[in-house]
Amino acid sequence: MITIKLAYRNLIGAGLRTWLNVIVLSFSFVMIIWMKGMLDGWDRQARIDSIEWETGGGQYWHENYDPYDPFTFEDSHAPLTPEQENLWQEGKLVPVLITRGTIYPEGRMQNIVIKGIDVNQNLLSIPTARLDTSVYGIPAVIGSAMAQNSQLKEGDRLVVRWRDANGTFDADEMVITGIFHTTVPSIDAGQIWIPLKDLQRMTLLENEATLLVRDNTEDPMPRFSGWNFMEKNELLKDIETIIKSKTAGTSVFYMILMLLALLVIFDTQVLSVFRRQKEIGTYVAMGMTRKEVVALFTVEGGMHAVLAIVVGAIYGIPLFIQQSAQGISFGLSGQDFGITMAETLYPLYSMELIISTIFIIVIATTFVSFIPARKISGMNPTEAIKGKIQ
Amino acid sequence: MTNNGNQAIIALEHVVKRFPSGRTWFTALKDINLTLGRGEFAGLVGPSGSGKTTLLNLIGSLDSPSEGRVDVLGREVGKMNARESATMRKKHLGFIFQTYNLIPVYTVYENVEFPLLLLKEKADKRRKAVLEALEWLGIESKAKSKPTQLSGGECQRVAIARAMVKKPEIVLADEPTANLDAENSHHILQTMEQLNRELGTTFLFATHDEKVIKYLKRKIRLFDGKVASDEIIQS
Ligand SMILES: Nc1ncnc2c1ncn2[C@@H]1O[C@H](COP(=O)(O)OP(=O)(O)O)[C@@H](O)[C@H]1O
Ligand SMILES: [Mg+2]
Repeated sequence: MITIKLAYRNLIGAGLRTWLNVIVLSFSFVMIIWMKGMLDGWDRQARIDSIEWETGGGQYWHENYDPYDPFTFEDSHAPLTPEQENLWQEGKLVPVLITRGTIYPEGRMQNIVIKGIDVNQNLLSIPTARLDTSVYGIPAVIGSAMAQNSQLKEGDRLVVRWRDANGTFDADEMVITGIFHTTVPSIDAGQIWIPLKDLQRMTLLENEATLLVRDNTEDPMPRFSGWNFMEKNELLKDIETIIKSKTAGTSVFYMILMLLALLVIFDTQVLSVFRRQKEIGTYVAMGMTRKEVVALFTVEGGMHAVLAIVVGAIYGIPLFIQQSAQGISFGLSGQDFGITMAETLYPLYSMELIISTIFIIVIATTFVSFIPARKISGMNPTEAIKGKIQ
Repeated sequence: MTNNGNQAIIALEHVVKRFPSGRTWFTALKDINLTLGRGEFAGLVGPSGSGKTTLLNLIGSLDSPSEGRVDVLGREVGKMNARESATMRKKHLGFIFQTYNLIPVYTVYENVEFPLLLLKEKADKRRKAVLEALEWLGIESKAKSKPTQLSGGECQRVAIARAMVKKPEIVLADEPTANLDAENSHHILQTMEQLNRELGTTFLFATHDEKVIKYLKRKIRLFDGKVASDEIIQS
């Protein structure tokens, strides 16, 4: 208790010097929490978007289906069982049929993936209602990234070629009836969404599907033989890996921030040991043991972090509240990088994040102060009293 | 082992102190034998380098002798561990330094309060004792000042108040007037003499300042690490 009281008195007494350190430290605190909050917010948003646009509450994959190998598409489909059809009618499942195809926008050949989806579904955010129109040709919706890459706009007509179940090539004309905007690139780039019925007819795969998306609820669902159930979290792992890899750079950045903060404290404390030599000798002469002096200096260092929390809270809390309410706009979307990222990020500042950051910084600061403080214990008090630099 | 008919509060027997000096040793104190009684107002006098500070440090348990024994308040300094000697300094010894050694970031009040905080005294008791000590030294009006705002004389008065506030048994003062003018020196000596009389505190000075020597009731003259003479002034 006495150590804390003296440490506090020493810090407050040192005035400006203390406050400069505290401000630098608080800046590190706030920056680290800010950045981590942004990443957590991004992560949360990416998960929500992926669930809404792509994964639903999980997917049943035909046992041969491998999304990373389009050549498996030919063999990865099966007819829906009556049980599956019932669940579809109840809105608990949405079947998707997937096949490879080729389009020729502006005379260029482009390999694409054609996905057939129930036009009446509302389990995923893909605007399938736009497919429910009568046009001359096959109605199709595409994402904005696909539209941009292939120079397609609403109302455009294009020739599409595919192979049916017998391996015979066939061709028809498609009409773009809608372009949707999504933050989830894996349902956008290189893909065209058309009505399930049309794709089944085109490929001669009446009533068949490649995967079934289930609703995002905890309701129990049966297993289907020949279909592998992919848990939601399994499917979301991909985004997490992507976000982690994309954030490796940021980790380095906050390592630097952290080091900067610790360097400030370390520097202050190392200087203290020399500058305050006479003071240290005086403490010993007045009856403090060396251990007590080391404790005092260590607590003084750690207390910088505590004051920094207070100072950081003063400007950090309003900043965090404002940003988690209004979001941070980057003026460009993650589509440009091929990652799930919205144009406006809503950072997520969880209690867990804040407490763990505070904990780490307080511990690290205290430890870093302890090192130079320990040097004091080797000092000869009779020399220290005179204040000679050793 | 008594002196002046008083009980010995400090006793040194065959004390030798050597310091490493290059590849050999330098002997700063050579066979010192000395006894101080309770309530003495004594001084180690002698030229610079004669060993005064070294001797004071041994008595203050800040250093230990190479040979012989140093007893302070009935305990042998060389046999105490770090905690015990710190406790002795905290409870029973007051130090006054040539360079004042005030804590620069503390106010005068806080500097004087410091020894009482170490002793874990209660707040009201601390307050009373600090105000009393400031009054003894006539620096009540400076309570809120920081040391940098004070003159040398004022700083040394704060240092004396700090040494006296816990009413220690022994005050060790190393060249307390070296940085002070004549008027301040006399003022401080008079104050210490008065505290010695009223509180019975034992004072041991290390000095070569004639102004201080005039006040001493006992002059222990050191020369080249040895006691050259030890004279008691009859008042
Ligand atoms: N820590 C030390 N290391 C080496 N020599 C020292 C040390 N302390 C004091 N001395 C030497 O011991 C002698 C006595 O010093 P000191 O007690 O400071 O004398 P005084 O206080 O009388 O001026 C001096 O010659 C000094 O150089
Ligand atoms: Mg000296």
